[in-house]
Amino acid sequence: MVEPYLRQSPLDHLSLDARAVGDPGGAGVVAGERRFIAKVSLRGDPADPAFAAGAKTALGFAPPVAPNTVDGKRDRYALWLGPDEWLVVGAPDTQDKTVAALRAALAGCHAAVTDVSEGRTIIRLTGAHARDVIAKGCPIDLHPRAFGPGRCAQSRYARALVILHQLDEAPTFDLHVDRSFADYLWRVIEDASLEYGFAVVAEPVMAALKRRRTPQGQD
Amino acid sequence: MHLIACPWCGPRDEVEYAYGGEGHIARPARPEALSDGAYADYLFMRRNPKGVHAERWVHAAGCRRWFNVLRDTVSHRILAVYKMGEPRPEAGP
Repeated sequence: MVEPYLRQSPLDHLSLDARAVGDPGGAGVVAGERRFIAKVSLRGDPADPAFAAGAKTALGFAPPVAPNTVDGKRDRYALWLGPDEWLVVGAPDTQDKTVAALRAALAGCHAAVTDVSEGRTIIRLTGAHARDVIAKGCPIDLHPRAFGPGRCAQSRYARALVILHQLDEAPTFDLHVDRSFADYLWRVIEDASLEYGFAVVAEPVMAALKRRRTPQGQD
Repeated sequence: MHLIACPWCGPRDEVEYAYGGEGHIARPARPEALSDGAYADYLFMRRNPKGVHAERWVHAAGCRRWFNVLRDTVSHRILAVYKMGEPRPEAGP
C-alpha cells in the first residue's frame, strides 16, 4: 500500500473539491470522485466448498455466482468480474484488514487475494440524466428491463475500460476506471453532461444524497 | 457491428471482444517429435473456409474469458457460441 501521506487521487489536479457545490439543484448529472476506496481482487473456484466457506467467513457474505451481479453489505460488497473472480469493494483504508481476513480464511485453498486499491478510482454519477450520459459512450443496455440496482458490468466508455455498477434507481452509478484513464474519462463525461446540466459534489454530499433516496443498499 | 453472446455475460457489443483465430487446434502431445514441416503445419497453417468457421473469441473488455464461436464467413452470421472444452455443435440454420 502507498504511504497515506504520499497518496494522491488520479483526479487531484482537477481540484474537484474547489468546484463542489453543496446543493446540485436542477443539474441533470451530478458527479463526484470516491477517493481511496478499498478494492481487493479475489480469485478462486466457487464450486470448491473450502473456498466458498472461507470467502463467506472472511467477508460475512458469499461472493455472488450469478454473472455481473453485486452482493454484500452496505460498507463492503463484491462485484462479479468472472466465474472465478470478484472485486471486493470497501470503505477507505480497510483493504489491509480485508486482505488479511481473506488470506487467513483461504489458507490452503487454490485462491488469490490481491490489494488493487490504487489501480483504479471510482467516478460516481447520479441524477435524472446519469443513464443518458453513460449510454452516450458505453454499449451496455442500461434500460431498467436489462440493467438495474445490484448489477455490474465490465465494458468500455469512450474506449476506456470501465467497471460499471448501478447502486440504486435514482439512478446512481459507480464507474471504476484505471487511474491512468481517470482524467480522460472525467473530461469526456463532463463534456457529455453539459447539455443536461452538470454539477460536482464532494463525497459527503454524494453519500448524503444517496442515503436520502435509498436508505437500504450499498454506499 | 455484431452482438456476440458471451457464455457468461450474455449479448454484448463487438467492441468488447477480441478475435483469437481458428478454434479446436490441439497442441501436439510431443512437439519435439514432430518434423519441422508438421510443426509448421500445427503452428501456422489454418483453414480459411467459405462458410461455417469454428473460431475463438475472448471477452477482452468484459469477463476476459475465452470461448468458441461458430460463424458463417459468407453472411457474417454467428450460428453458435459455446464454452471452451465443449464439443463443436452442429451448424444451425
